[in-house]
Amino acid sequence: MVDFAGWEMPVDYGAVVAEHLAVRTAAGLFDVSHMGELLFEGAGSLSLLQRLTPNDVSRLAVGQAQYSAFTTPRGCFVDDLILYRLGDSSYLAIVNAANVEKDLDWVESHRRGEGEVNDVSDDYALIALQGPRAQEILGSLTPVSLAGLKYYSFVTGDVAGQEATICRTGYTGEDGFELLIPSEGAEKIWRRVLEEGGPLGLRPAGLGARDTLRLEAKMALYGNDIDEQHTALEADLAWMVKLDKGDFIGRNALARQAEEGVSRKLVGFEMVDRGIARNGHPVLLGGQTVGPVTSGSFAPYLKKSIGLSYLPPSAWSPGSEIEVDIRGRRAKARVVPTPFYKRNKVLSGAGSSTTIH
Amino acid sequence: MYPDDRRYSKEHEWIKMEGDRGTVGITDFAQRQLGDVVYVELPELGAKFKAGEVFGTIESVKAVSDLFCPVGGEVVEVNQDVVSSPEQVNKDPHGKSWLMVIRVDGATELGKLLTASQYQEFIEKEGSD
Repeated sequence: MVDFAGWEMPVDYGAVVAEHLAVRTAAGLFDVSHMGELLFEGAGSLSLLQRLTPNDVSRLAVGQAQYSAFTTPRGCFVDDLILYRLGDSSYLAIVNAANVEKDLDWVESHRRGEGEVNDVSDDYALIALQGPRAQEILGSLTPVSLAGLKYYSFVTGDVAGQEATICRTGYTGEDGFELLIPSEGAEKIWRRVLEEGGPLGLRPAGLGARDTLRLEAKMALYGNDIDEQHTALEADLAWMVKLDKGDFIGRNALARQAEEGVSRKLVGFEMVDRGIARNGHPVLLGGQTVGPVTSGSFAPYLKKSIGLSYLPPSAWSPGSEIEVDIRGRRAKARVVPTPFYKRNKVLSGAGSSTTIH
Repeated sequence: MYPDDRRYSKEHEWIKMEGDRGTVGITDFAQRQLGDVVYVELPELGAKFKAGEVFGTIESVKAVSDLFCPVGGEVVEVNQDVVSSPEQVNKDPHGKSWLMVIRVDGATELGKLLTASQYQEFIEKEGSD
């Protein structure tokens, strides 16, 4: 167990690689209750969230979610988050565990009497059921029709006799669900999903597999790949920045950067020479250090060493040659297209269109 | 669990002597602590190490560990099978997943290493910390 923002979290349940592969080939179950939940309620919640975040909150219908962020005036990240529209003027932001207090302070300092914001993190558990067999497993525990639940949509219903909000979201690159559960019902759901999923190849999975899975899918991790020093455009998240939606914190800086172009961007690479690039190892371009590896690991499904780094435009095209200084040894790497891993989408019946609102 | 035919270091390497040649590997305790091994870097043939010097690196998904030479010597063989299939280290760390063979030049240093029962005692203490 490791201490993670004050939570006792398992890095693994015995074997990171087996857990990772279970998620790619069958299913994995993650306890991510450490994530924070901020509830926005009341008149003005929409305008408050429109000001705080770069994505267009007005496009969210009740029952839909979107990936977004709290941005600084420079267009960098206070935090990244998923925003759920629960009701007409009720929204839930799922934020990073380590940032809950910082986020709440940030929101409060920019709230102009609009609505009300509360940290409800202690009221909810969050369980992620991810993998190609996730729908089959969850389907055996709920009367809710999952086939019709689109990517980044959610519905509240009964799961194993407990109430839960079922969201078709995740942080692994696989199909799957995140279940937001009033805390007292979480243990039963966890146990029942393990019972139903076990025979189908489901394994409980820890933080270690969660990290390697999200890296293969090139999903950014706050504190590694995104932070208060890199803008949303530099992080290659232009798709969530809606410059035409009206003003928001960081809009001017991002609009200027969109016009001028970014001088560095988060790109993916894989090792050519032997060795594993790790977070913090220096990356070199033409012999000059250009920055650190922001995330780097052996990728258990792809069976190679991959990483992310902010690189200048001359290194953006796939095939560009870079080097990684692995504890004093310069090892060759090359820029590759991302995501590193993309699942094969099942066309019939999955209902998991890739539209992200 | 820990075979009597070899000696152990507190850095969790073992060495098994045959004449002046010592086969070196990591212990079962070490592979369990590391978890899934995904990368092993071993020295070139002819490289020389003193006792306690780093001779290579072993990495799991989440951790990087140095490999320490238990006694001084010159590398005369390395196990290419574990370089190409690092996961083998988790399966048979005391047997076919040995790491290298050295020609030992500090035979007296062997006496400073732990016997199987001493090592067993050592890891029980370490495990309970």
